[in-house]
Amino acid sequence: MEQPLEQPIKQPQPSWRDQPLYQALLLGGACAIVSLLLVVGNLGTQQSIADHQIADKLAMLAQVLPQSYYDNDPLSDTAQLSSPALDGPATLMLARRNGEITALALQLSIAGWGGIIDMILATTPEGELLGVRIISHKETPGLADKIERPKSDWITGFDGKSLANTSEQQWAVQKDGGRFDQFTGATITPRAVVKGVHQGLLLLNQWRQQQPAS
Amino acid sequence: MNHYRQIFREGMWDNNVAMGQMLALCPLLAVTTSATNGLGMGIASLAVLLLTNIMISAVRGVISPQVRIPVLIVLIATVVTMVDMAINAFLHDLYKVLGLFIALIVTNCAIFGRAESFASKQPVALAAADALSMGLGFTWVLVAVGAMREILGTGTLFANASLLLGSHFAWLETEVIPHYSGILLAILPPGAFMALGFLIVIKRMIDRRLPASTNNGLVTIQSHC
Repeated sequence: MEQPLEQPIKQPQPSWRDQPLYQALLLGGACAIVSLLLVVGNLGTQQSIADHQIADKLAMLAQVLPQSYYDNDPLSDTAQLSSPALDGPATLMLARRNGEITALALQLSIAGWGGIIDMILATTPEGELLGVRIISHKETPGLADKIERPKSDWITGFDGKSLANTSEQQWAVQKDGGRFDQFTGATITPRAVVKGVHQGLLLLNQWRQQQPAS
Repeated sequence: MNHYRQIFREGMWDNNVAMGQMLALCPLLAVTTSATNGLGMGIASLAVLLLTNIMISAVRGVISPQVRIPVLIVLIATVVTMVDMAINAFLHDLYKVLGLFIALIVTNCAIFGRAESFASKQPVALAAADALSMGLGFTWVLVAVGAMREILGTGTLFANASLLLGSHFAWLETEVIPHYSGILLAILPPGAFMALGFLIVIKRMIDRRLPASTNNGLVTIQSHC
């Protein structure tokens, strides 16, 4: 420990402060006060945080799916899909104009290097990618965060790809014989993103085939 | 006034959180892949340190020595959580950049170290000054390690600073070495150990040149986390 700057201020230590009861009350009181603070803090911020999260989601959706595509509320016109290859359920959002489906957006999670990568992708009704964006991830900052749009335009490499124009083997990073770049020093992250997009497209394809022909 | 000068000197150099006390190394090694990340972590730590030091100094008369550690822990954890929620709710754009770092502050035992060794024994004004000086001292080491790793690793300096500080600070973003492929090692975790190691060597070399009187023959107990 370092040298104290001045003698600690000596406060009279009343004997009741050494009583076990005081310690118990102090600990209990401190926990009660901080719990109260946390409850108040949570109540005061949760609405605002939830609003921001919805706004973020809409903003994220707007990056892969221009607002001109839909006149409904895609955040509530949803379906849950699942695939064993993904980590967690995927949420399908339907963009409609005049009731007609104009685009499909899929939010999904896939395991990356540091944790779960959340992403959103949008396709035309025929299954051609309109865009892919990462919503959140826990990858290494400065190394693997080039999957984020503001940091690199790598993610736009998916635009226009579909299951039809990119074969099974090509859905991989170049190191594995595919057609998507990896980053120096970070292969696992782009590999996971490519896998996520591919699985997402397969899932959408499967969903499309289950729909009654209209 | 003399106290404040000494506090400032301790925090910035003699007893710097990272280079003197060897505390807070895990957030330091983890986030300093760029100078901007270092700055973000530094600012967030500084804010939390200031709040916790003031709070703990204010209630130091009530806390009994026997249960001080659990009480300090819940106080610090609460402040970190509240800061996290407040930034998320009211400064959401900043949160998108700093969010990752704020949760990491809980792992920063420098906060606890200052609470235990300083704030719980000193008046509020001195505790606040100590938090400012320790926080700024930690920030400059974070930025220095981040800058070393960023220049060696990617050839840039303060890349993406405008995401953290706003577009007014876009001028900070410089390309130090154009068309540079980078030494990957500097970005990877070993690079963090090396950069910090060299900084500590430089600090000790400078300390050795300085008159010995500044040291007082004081041995700093180093704890690690």
